[in-house]
Amino acid sequence: MSQDTSNSQAAVSQGTTGSMIYSAGPVTGNEILIDGWELIVGLEVHVELATLTKLFSASANRFGDEPNTNIDPVTLGLPGALPVLNRHAVELAMRIGLALNCTIQPSTFHRKNYFYPDMPKAYQISQYDQPINIDGFLALPGGKRIGVERAHLEEDTGKSTHLGGSGGRIHGSDYSLIDFNRAGVPLVEIVSRPDIRTAEEARQYVTELRSILVAIGASDAKMEEGSMRCDANVSVHKPGTPYGTRCEIKNVNSIRSLGRAIEYEARRQIDMNAAGETVRQETRHWDENDGRTHTLRSKEDADDYRYFLEPDLVPLAPSKEWIQAVRDAMPMLPGARRARLSEATSIAADAEAIMVVVERGQDDYVLAVATAGGDVGRALVHVKEAFADLGPTPSVPAADLAGLTLLEVAGTITATQAKTVLADIVAAGGGNAAAIAASKGFEAMDTGALEAMVDQVIADNAVAWAKYCGGEDKAMGALVGAAMKASQGKADGKLVTALLQAKRLA
Amino acid sequence: MSTPTNALTAVQIAAGVRSGQLKAVDVLEQHLARIDTREGEIHAFNLVLADQARAAAAAIDAAVAAGNDPGPLAGVPVALKDNMCTHGVPTTCSSKILDGWKPPYDATVVSRLNAAGAVTVGKTNLDEFAMGSSTENSAFGPTRNPHDITRVPGGSSGGSAAAVAAGFASVSLGSDTGGSIRQPAALCGVVGVKPTYGYVSRYGLVAFASSLDQIGPFTNTVQDSALLLDVIGGHDPMDSTSIPAAQPSLMAALDQGVEGLRVGRITDLPEGADPDVVERLEAAFDALRAAGATIVDVQVPAFSYGLTAYYLIAPAEASSNLARYDGVRYGLRVNAADTNAMYGVTRAAGFGEEVKRRIMLGTYALSAGYYDAYYGKALKVRRMIADDFDRAYQQADVLLTPTSPTVAFPFGAKGDNPFAMYLCDVYTIPTNLAGHPGMSVPFGTGAGGLPVGVQILAGTLGEPQMFRAGAALERAMGAAK
Repeated sequence: MSQDTSNSQAAVSQGTTGSMIYSAGPVTGNEILIDGWELIVGLEVHVELATLTKLFSASANRFGDEPNTNIDPVTLGLPGALPVLNRHAVELAMRIGLALNCTIQPSTFHRKNYFYPDMPKAYQISQYDQPINIDGFLALPGGKRIGVERAHLEEDTGKSTHLGGSGGRIHGSDYSLIDFNRAGVPLVEIVSRPDIRTAEEARQYVTELRSILVAIGASDAKMEEGSMRCDANVSVHKPGTPYGTRCEIKNVNSIRSLGRAIEYEARRQIDMNAAGETVRQETRHWDENDGRTHTLRSKEDADDYRYFLEPDLVPLAPSKEWIQAVRDAMPMLPGARRARLSEATSIAADAEAIMVVVERGQDDYVLAVATAGGDVGRALVHVKEAFADLGPTPSVPAADLAGLTLLEVAGTITATQAKTVLADIVAAGGGNAAAIAASKGFEAMDTGALEAMVDQVIADNAVAWAKYCGGEDKAMGALVGAAMKASQGKADGKLVTALLQAKRLA
Repeated sequence: MSTPTNALTAVQIAAGVRSGQLKAVDVLEQHLARIDTREGEIHAFNLVLADQARAAAAAIDAAVAAGNDPGPLAGVPVALKDNMCTHGVPTTCSSKILDGWKPPYDATVVSRLNAAGAVTVGKTNLDEFAMGSSTENSAFGPTRNPHDITRVPGGSSGGSAAAVAAGFASVSLGSDTGGSIRQPAALCGVVGVKPTYGYVSRYGLVAFASSLDQIGPFTNTVQDSALLLDVIGGHDPMDSTSIPAAQPSLMAALDQGVEGLRVGRITDLPEGADPDVVERLEAAFDALRAAGATIVDVQVPAFSYGLTAYYLIAPAEASSNLARYDGVRYGLRVNAADTNAMYGVTRAAGFGEEVKRRIMLGTYALSAGYYDAYYGKALKVRRMIADDFDRAYQQADVLLTPTSPTVAFPFGAKGDNPFAMYLCDVYTIPTNLAGHPGMSVPFGTGAGGLPVGVQILAGTLGEPQMFRAGAALERAMGAAK
C-alpha cells in the first residue's frame, strides 16, 4: 500500500497562543489507530447528472459553453418564472439510489434560503427532510460496506469568478463575473454515514462511487471539471468514547487531494487534542498549495437557511411501476463485474488486474476470450497490459487472444514471446498467434540450452554480475536483458531470473 | 361604427367583433376615450398601452375581414394587473425595486388572452407586490375608487377593479392571495373571481405567496367572468401546481339555475361586518331562496383563525420570493462598498414600508428556533381550516358571506394601523388557505350609496356551482332595478 507522506513535514496545528506545534510523524492512509485515536470520516459527494437539460427548465445542461448562453427565465430566477421537474433527472437519481442499495421513497423539495450573487433566486431548491433515496450502502472493492444515509436531488448554483486583488475570493476582489450556465444543473448529493476510518477508505469510496456513477450513466463524474465534488466531515476520537467534534473540509478537487486533506485534518485534530485544545465545529477550506486546511467559517457564523416546503412544486412519488422499469434497465455494477471476473479467474476481486480491467469495461471481453476456449487468467493479464487504449470492445477478435493464451499455457512460447506476438496482433487488429509465433521463429528454449546461455551472459557481463552478487538487485535487469538479447527473445524471462537467483546463492 | 360599447358586455363585444358587426378599433377607442377623460383622477394604470392596443385591435379587425376567427375574446379590451409579465413591456409590481425591468417573456395568462383575441390596454396599479387592501401601498401613488374618488378602490388589485368600474377596460385580470381580487371587486361594484388554486396558471405572475396566489377576472357580469376563466383556465405544463385535468366550461354552467342548490350560512362566522353589509348579505340569502335554493346552517370553526395563520404563511413565502430582488441582475441597484452592503441599501431603497414589514415578519417566522411556534403552527391551522370547510361542503354546495366588512373607506383611514388594514380580508383569507374558489358579486349599495359585494365560496373545483349562485344573484339584482 503506498503511503502519502508528502505533508508529514507540514502537519502543524495552530495553537491558541499562535505557536506552532509540530507533530510527531505522518498520519498514513491505512492505519486504523493513530496514537490511539480513531479517525471518523463521512463524505458528502455532489454529482452533476448527465441530463440534456436542467433540473427545472429546458436550458441545456452542458459544460464548457460560452458563459450565460444556457439560460432562461427559470434559470435566472426572473420574476414569475416557475420550476418544472425534469423527469430524466428523477430517473438518474433513482438509478443512483438503486445502485447504492437505497430505498426509494416519496419525496419533497424545500427552499434553502441564502443570499449569494450566483444564486439567482436567493434560494436553492433542494430535497430536505424527505429525500428520494435513503438508507443504502456502498461496498468497497475489499468488501467493507460504507453506509449511505441519503442521496437527494437539488439544483446547482451559477459560477462566480472574483477578479482583482483578492486571490479569487469575493472579499477584497475588485469585481466579479457570474456564469449562470451551471445554475439549475441537476445534482444528486450522496451523503455517507460516518463509516470511513482511513484516508485510503475515503479514496476507495470515492473511486468506487465514481465507477458506479459512470457505469449507470448518471454522471461523467469528473472531479477536475467539477461534475463530481466532495466534502469530507472529519473527526477523531478514542475508541469507546463518543465521536469528537467534526470539521467539514471543502474545496477538495481530486481523489488524491481528498486523501491528503483527511490526513492533514486528522493530524491537526489529534495534535490539538494532544495539546489540550478543543476542536471547534467549523467549515475548513483545503488549500492544495500549502497542503493545509484553513478556517472558512465557524458554526456560529453558519447561515440560518430557513428551509420550508417549495410551494412551486408538488410532491414527487414515483410509482412502483416506474421504479421497477428503472431497476430493469440497470446495467451490471462494477462490484458485480469484479465478482464475476474473480470467480472466473480465482483472483481476488480487489486485485489490481481485475480492478483495472473492470474500470475499463473490458471484463466482458476477457470472459469472451474464455468462452472462445482461451485461458482466462492469461487473457486477464494480456488485456490489462496491452489493451489500455482499446476501450470496452477491443477490435482484436476474442478467438485470436484465446489462441495466444493456449500457446502460452501449452509452453509453446514464453510469456515474453507472447507479448511480442500480442503486440503484432494488437497492431493489426487481430491475427493467428501460432502463425505469427512461427514467422518469428519463436519456440521455447529447453532448460539445458538456457542454462548454458545464462552462464555465457554471466561471463560476458562480469561487472553487472559482481554488482548483483554484491546485493545490488538492480543489476539483475542488465543480466536478464542481455540474456533476452542473446536468445533473440526466445528465453523465458522468469526462468532466466530464477536461474540467476539460484546461481547467486550457489 | 358608433354603437356605444360601455353598455356592452365582453361576451357581446366578442360576438360583435367576430361577426363583423363591431370593429375592435372602435371598441378600443371608446375605452381609450374614457381613459383620457378620467384616468387623471382615478390612476388605475401604471402604464397605458394605447399604441400597442391600437395595433392589436387593427390586426383583429383585419383577421375578421380576411375571414378568420380571432377567438372568443375578439376585440375585448383587457387591463392586466402590473404583476403579470408582459414581453418587452415594463412589469413593476408597483415597486421601485423593479425599476426599468422588462420581462423577456409573457405570462401564460397573457399568451392565452392574446391567442383569444383580447386587446391589452394597459398595466394596472396595485399595492406593492400585491401586499395591501387599499392600493395605497403603491410606489406610484394610490388608485381612487371610481364611485367616490375620496375613497380607496380596495386592494391589492385596486387598479384592475377601478379600470373595469370606470369603463377603461371591458374586463381585467387581478391576482388574489388573501382577497386581492374579491375585496376590490366589492368596493368597486364589479364581479371578481378567485378560482380554485391551480385553476389558472401562475407562470409569469410575479409571486407574492406562491401557495396562495391565484389569477382571476374582474368583469361587469358573471357571464363575462365565466368567459374569461374559460380562456385563461386549464392546465399549463409550465406551472407544476396547475391542475392537470381539463375543466368544464363555466359558460355552460350558467344556465342551470339554483333550483335545489344548497346555500350555506356560516353560523360561527367572525363578527365585525358593518350593518349595511350584513343587510345586503341577508338580502342575498333571500334572493337565492326565492330562486329555488335551500339555505342550510353550517359551521367552520377554524374560519376565525385564518387571518393570523395567513399573516405567518404569506409573509414567510414572500420573504423567500422577494429575496431575489438583490440588485445583482435586474431592477434597482444602489451601489455600496461590497456585495452585502449593496444588497442592504438596494433593498432599503427599493421596497416600501409594508413590503419590508412582511419580509421581516416572514423571515422571523421561518427562523431556526421559531419555525415550530409560528410557521409550523400556521400550517397546522391551515390544514384545520381546509378540513372544516370540507365538512361544511358535505352539507352545502356553496357558502355565502360578506366579501368585505365595510364599503370603500376613505384614504388614510387605516394608514397608521396595519392590523386594521389586515382585517379587511377577514372573510376572504380562509378560502385562499384552503385553496378553494370564491367570488364577489355586486349586490346593491350600502352606506353613502357605495357598492356592497356578497361573497360566494365553494369547495375545490366548485366553480360551476359558485357561478350558478353568482348568476342567480345577478338576475335578482337585475329584476330589482
